[in-house]
Amino acid sequence: MGAVYMMWLRQIKRYWRSKSRMVGSLAQPLLFLVALGFGFGSVYKAANGGSYIDFLAPGIIAMSILFTAVFTGMEVVWDRQFGFLKETLVAPVSRFKIMLGRTLGGATVATAQGLIVLILCLLIGFRPSSYLVGLSLALVFMFLIALLFTAIGTAIASKINDMQGFGLIVNFLIMPLFFLSGALFPLDNLPKALSLVTKIDPLTYGVDGLRSALTGVSYFGITLDFTVLAVLILISLWIGGKLFNKIQI
Amino acid sequence: MVINNSEFAIKVKNLSKSFDKIQAVKNISFEVKKGEIFAFLGPNGAGKTTTIKMLTTLISPTAGKIQINGFDPVKERDKARSSFGIIFQDPSLDDELTAYENLQFHAVLYNVPRKIARERINKLLKFVGLWDRKDDFVKTFSGGMKRRLEIARGLIHHPKILFLDEPTLGLDPQTRNSMWQYLKELNKKEGMTIFVTTHYMEEAARVADTIAIIDHGEIIKRGTLSELKKATKTNSLEDAFLKLTGYTIREEAATTTLMHKMMGVRR
Repeated sequence: MGAVYMMWLRQIKRYWRSKSRMVGSLAQPLLFLVALGFGFGSVYKAANGGSYIDFLAPGIIAMSILFTAVFTGMEVVWDRQFGFLKETLVAPVSRFKIMLGRTLGGATVATAQGLIVLILCLLIGFRPSSYLVGLSLALVFMFLIALLFTAIGTAIASKINDMQGFGLIVNFLIMPLFFLSGALFPLDNLPKALSLVTKIDPLTYGVDGLRSALTGVSYFGITLDFTVLAVLILISLWIGGKLFNKIQI
Repeated sequence: MVINNSEFAIKVKNLSKSFDKIQAVKNISFEVKKGEIFAFLGPNGAGKTTTIKMLTTLISPTAGKIQINGFDPVKERDKARSSFGIIFQDPSLDDELTAYENLQFHAVLYNVPRKIARERINKLLKFVGLWDRKDDFVKTFSGGMKRRLEIARGLIHHPKILFLDEPTLGLDPQTRNSMWQYLKELNKKEGMTIFVTTHYMEEAARVADTIAIIDHGEIIKRGTLSELKKATKTNSLEDAFLKLTGYTIREEAATTTLMHKMMGVRR
């Protein structure tokens, strides 16, 4: 277990030491919250949707977790370029443990980032429907989202050599995952095609679960959200482990 | 722990590695005796690093057999891994961690008990002259300091075999000298086998018990320094090396990047 803990600890240390990155990655969620939250607030209210900030906040928290998770997962590519990956790959520890430790570390970091955004949301006027149960359940979903997307990021990173493909991943993976997830709009009464796409997007279940925990409003129901996320996490960890095992340097 | 009763630390038989159409290592065989210092020399792109990578489980061979301390690095990966240490050609430290943390990290990965690890880390840091910088981030270190730290790291788990891939590249004579002094002492006292590649011929001549010369993926000569000099009728290793491998300048960087581009092979 030592190796898993060490890989976890390393991610935490790296996160804690890069305060500028921590602060920098708060700008985007804050912008979304303020611009969209207040910008669309009156339209949303007029359509009898209630408070748009309350609707939007879980989506933005999920967004910041998604970004941080995929990015920290993809730090494997940096490690490859700076050589540190070799050190972990020749160590007498199974590659799965190395991958698991990093993924848990990245997921913890992403959850922490999500927590900071949650606090920002509270400061800006977001009010969860219940504090004790709601917030603790939200924490569970935040960690699940973080774990899933860190695992996906790690799996992708073990197949690529340099950061040149990074823009591709942001534009063709992260952005679509976010925009098609129901983070910004309700899932009811969508055009058929869009509705189908949102149901394929794994983040949809994360956002729905988080929203359900924080506001009590759910589209799929919290059990389905949880199950889908848990199954996908297991699958991506399994695939990630396989790919990590195959890395040759 | 399994004891390797054979007199050899490393045994390689008919080892080959091909990247797509390019054969980087062609059917090489050699043994390294326990406790010897074995120098593996060759021009750029001769197949040295590819061979080291196969010996240290980083890439798998296309064909052939390897034994590292009696273990097969393909089938008994973890056992082979815990029995050797490696100092890579290019840096492999985590810049965002401190010197001490890098070593601590290694000790945990190699299952060195905490108390022993602390003692060894302290001793090694003092030896490589980085004790007073132990809590500084590695990113603030110079190239030579990083190298020294990597040497310390490679020794924490007391490996039976130490692989050194051009360990003294870019080191000043003082550091190079003290590094070899320490390594030779370990070699004598603990019987640690050392497998080293280098471009410094005087260095190889000074430290190595056995020298093998590889070119175009094949071992073209193997023996002691005097055997090599005798066979080539030269009086220095440098002359012997040039006589054996020719005077043409190799373009490793160009060919390997081309190779990597063509086949998407990972370094």
